[in-house]
Amino acid sequence: MTAAVWNWSEIIPALPEVFLAVSAMVLLVLGACQKNGGLKLIGTLSVAALAVAMVLTLKADWTPVTVFSGQFLSDGFSSYMKILVLGGLIATIMLSMRYLVQENMGRFEYPVLILLAGVGMMIMLSANSFLSLYVGLELQSLSLYVLAAIRRDDAKSSEAGLKYFVLGALASGMLLFGISLVYGYVGAVGFDAVADTLAAATAEGTVAPGAIIGMVFILVAIAFKVSAVPFHMWTPDVYEGAPTSVTALFAIVPKVAAIGLLMRLLFDPFVSLMPDWQQVVWFLSAASMAWGGFAGIVQGNIKRLFAYSSIGNIGFALVGIVAGTADGVAASILYMTIYMIMTAGTFGIIMMMRRNGVAVERITDLAGLSKTHPACAYAMTALMFSMSGIPPLAGFFGKLVVFQALIASGFYVLAVLGLVSSVVAAYYYLRIIKVMFFDEAEAPLDRESAPMRTLVLTLSIIFIAGFVLVPETLMHTSQEAAAVLLPAND
Amino acid sequence: MELVAVFAPLVGFLIAFLFGKQIGPRGAQFVTCTGMILAAVMSCALFYSVILQNDPRVLHLATWIAAGDFEVQWALRIDQLTVIMMCVINIVSACVHVYSVGYMSHDPARARFMAYLSLFTFAMLMLVTANNMVQLFFGWEGVGLASYLLIGFWSHKPSANAAAVKAFVVNRVGDFGLLMAIFTTFVVFGTVQFDAIFTMAPDKTVDTFNFFGFEIHALTLICLMLFVGAVGKSAQLGLHTWLPDAMEGPTPVSALIHAATMVTAGVFLITRFSPLFEYAPFAREIVCIVGAMTALVAATIGLTQFDIKRVIAYSTMSQLGYMFFALGVSAYSAAMFHLMTHAFFKALLFLGAGSVIHAMSNEQDMRRMGGIWKYIPTTYVLMWVGSLALAGVPFFAGFYSKDLILEAAFASGSWFGQMAFWMGIAAALMTAFYSWRLILLTFHGKPRASAETMAHVHESPNVMLIPLAVLAAGAIMAGSMFYGAFANSATSPGHTQDIKHVGDMVSIWDKDYFFGDSIKVLPENDSVVAAHHVPKWVKLLPILAGALGIGFAFVVYMFREGMADKIVRAFKPLHTLFYNKWYFDELYNFLFVKPCFVIGKLFWKGDKNVIDGLGPDGVSKLSRGIAGRLGVFQTGYMFHYAFVMMIGLIGLVSWFIYRTMGS
Repeated sequence: MTAAVWNWSEIIPALPEVFLAVSAMVLLVLGACQKNGGLKLIGTLSVAALAVAMVLTLKADWTPVTVFSGQFLSDGFSSYMKILVLGGLIATIMLSMRYLVQENMGRFEYPVLILLAGVGMMIMLSANSFLSLYVGLELQSLSLYVLAAIRRDDAKSSEAGLKYFVLGALASGMLLFGISLVYGYVGAVGFDAVADTLAAATAEGTVAPGAIIGMVFILVAIAFKVSAVPFHMWTPDVYEGAPTSVTALFAIVPKVAAIGLLMRLLFDPFVSLMPDWQQVVWFLSAASMAWGGFAGIVQGNIKRLFAYSSIGNIGFALVGIVAGTADGVAASILYMTIYMIMTAGTFGIIMMMRRNGVAVERITDLAGLSKTHPACAYAMTALMFSMSGIPPLAGFFGKLVVFQALIASGFYVLAVLGLVSSVVAAYYYLRIIKVMFFDEAEAPLDRESAPMRTLVLTLSIIFIAGFVLVPETLMHTSQEAAAVLLPAND
Repeated sequence: MELVAVFAPLVGFLIAFLFGKQIGPRGAQFVTCTGMILAAVMSCALFYSVILQNDPRVLHLATWIAAGDFEVQWALRIDQLTVIMMCVINIVSACVHVYSVGYMSHDPARARFMAYLSLFTFAMLMLVTANNMVQLFFGWEGVGLASYLLIGFWSHKPSANAAAVKAFVVNRVGDFGLLMAIFTTFVVFGTVQFDAIFTMAPDKTVDTFNFFGFEIHALTLICLMLFVGAVGKSAQLGLHTWLPDAMEGPTPVSALIHAATMVTAGVFLITRFSPLFEYAPFAREIVCIVGAMTALVAATIGLTQFDIKRVIAYSTMSQLGYMFFALGVSAYSAAMFHLMTHAFFKALLFLGAGSVIHAMSNEQDMRRMGGIWKYIPTTYVLMWVGSLALAGVPFFAGFYSKDLILEAAFASGSWFGQMAFWMGIAAALMTAFYSWRLILLTFHGKPRASAETMAHVHESPNVMLIPLAVLAAGAIMAGSMFYGAFANSATSPGHTQDIKHVGDMVSIWDKDYFFGDSIKVLPENDSVVAAHHVPKWVKLLPILAGALGIGFAFVVYMFREGMADKIVRAFKPLHTLFYNKWYFDELYNFLFVKPCFVIGKLFWKGDKNVIDGLGPDGVSKLSRGIAGRLGVFQTGYMFHYAFVMMIGLIGLVSWFIYRTMGS
């Protein structure tokens, strides 16, 4: 590799990241100069910065290009995933502004941290070597640790942040160890070089076991980030302990980035080890779907419930990766997109749950919602039906495409496991509907108007209900993104 | 025009059913009645344009099912046969709708009742306008559903619910036959479109069909299956037990569904499939024999019943028997003729009976009536008209059609035709007898009702009497007016002089012209033409039988008071057999119902303990168990979590080491 001469044009493909990073720092300074109550301004500006980054990504040239000495890759896949991430971040900030004020945690650092996490995620998605991968992942993780513990005065929040941090550190350790193993046996950290070496070794049948073990370590670390079973243990505790707005963020965005990263790893550097990693992902997927389905049944706290729901959903997204085909990847991308939008809507409802000015989060608190807040109840019903995969809502199509891809690749056992789990999981989604419509309310929830949150919720409902009418657009886009990742299979 | 005639009832149903609460009972009555009257007027217009101007047509609405070679259209087949049925259905239904406004005036759920009536009418229209067997089946099931809903309309009465269930279940047997016929047709013909089937039929006469290992003549099999369907819907012997019980429904329902229209669907079905039946002589033989036996058996039961509606119900069954044996001897037009006249006079009789019941404060037992003719003279006169038509007294509608059927049966020359003729004559005698038994018991003699009831006896309001008058006009005129249309043929010009009729004004009163291609009769089978050349005594015998029956009824129930009991005692065994409806219900109870209950209980208990235990209940218990077990892991201790992560990691790594070592 020849050392590239620095050239300002190299910065163009990374413009969205650079812009976002600079805005984050500017906003940090700006926020520090404000007297208390800078949240509204900083929040609005953050949304604007994210939106600009999104437009930059959209307008950028999507032909694959590597810059920064092969560290950074921008292509159609990364751009598509970045748009998802940025959209998710915008939605989260819009959802949480009102909540932050109500809960007295309206610090200006909050949106800035989200911006920084966003930069981390975008770097993860554009990583083209293990080094940039690690840097991006850590930037994202550190921001999220702080966010989880942002209510320093609250024991639960601090506990959540600490748990997340310690276990995350453990995962980071595994990641680094895995990277060093791979480097040791392959002799490279760049994705292209690793891919070439492994492909050659596979062809000769001389793949070093150490490289495979290294890959397993790396997979485990990513599995922690996407909270796949058995590396999910932090999820319920952190989801429950963190402030609801942060939980919404956790549920909506980082998983999309991590799944994108996982796809990049598996189909770029490790693509020639597919038979090996398929076994790992098969296991993670099956365990996550089953655990997410069964353990959710007995939950009483709605945030905890959605922790298990997210574990199960990650299992379904992994299903598409197990298939190992372009269709499978496209299905996974579509699944994550739909999941993200449904979750945004769901947390819109959860953040609305307040009684006498205090946030409540038990499922039974939703009782009688159909009488007191009929619009909310029907919106939630649509979301829950979609989550449990009932046609014609979007969630059904998400499940349909991943299982189609899986069946096409011949993984029948996993398909059956997945279908059984989705039936089990349907129990707790439907239970929420039952509580809202058939149980008697003790005291009605507060009425409040939060236009931004309502907007996100409305868009989410329109999406899940309208998807059936124009499914081609999104399916086509996700297939294009997947085709970038797997050009050979197309 | 076609669309209004078919869909006006649907619109009426939808408005009355969905918005019944908003528009109230009066609104529902108005909407449904308007829809029906409109539909009736449109059918008459269709009668003019399709039949008189000889312009049958098919109206395509949409494609319903398209799966591979199998394509089904929504279409309205408006040919002569359809239009005759549409006229009968819509006119009778309009009368019944209007009548119901008066009859059901005290019922709290009358909006729903009107909605159901309209739904029924729409389903019936779908049945008769079908252009393929699947759409026909849709209508067929639709009328079954409406019939079920209406029989059980007074759902607070356990007997009504039982009767509704019985009607539905017994009809399922027939429906199964119809389904089998559809399947077989598709296998044999590769299509379910009527036109294609009928064109192909002459080429399929030698085809056989493997049925449970037997090579059976394909057309005969299809026709027999169709006939099974018809037996169920038209209450022929064997599957007739539901019809008398169906009288639990409100009387307008009995008039519309269980006398004039739905029960004649079987007759329509076979007439529609005449191009197939013509090539299945064995199937026609069976149809004829079953029809004749039904006519006779039902008449014997009718002699002994005391419930006014049941007497009429058995007479309906008996008249349907006539239609079927007419079909069996290829006298399709005669059967359709009787179907039409019967619809008028039987609806009239039922609604008249309803008027009586209304007057007698819901009393249905004839033993507790009597002597009321001077209180309700209009009803009395109308009942006379209906009975005269039913008994086949000359110049009333029933006379023409029944005579035609009997003559055709005699003229067909086959042994079963002859048998049907004699059984028909016997049934005619009994019909006349029980019709006047009904009139005499109900209206004459000493009042046997309580004084309180007698004080309440009152003539029905005009809203009930006007429909009756319309139907009475039909019962008087329909026979003489249309005799030519159903009986005459270009090949037998001389016959018209035999009977004086007012309809023979133009040359179009000729069955070949009147029906066009909608029914098919092979020339050698055309018993209606042959019917014009029977001996004089054959033509006179039915009239004689009718007169005898009426006379005998007068003797027994008017002039010699105690004679009825004496006859009953003299023929004790026979009377018991007839009175208990030939023990069909008991037999079926023993053969089917009881074993079903036993098996049902067995499965129910087994299902609860075994399938539920291992299935739903067990699985949900297991799921909760697993969930609880999994929850144990979630201790909240960080080192536990880290431990699980490490185990997971070590497990995966070990798996790969094991595999590498192994390979």
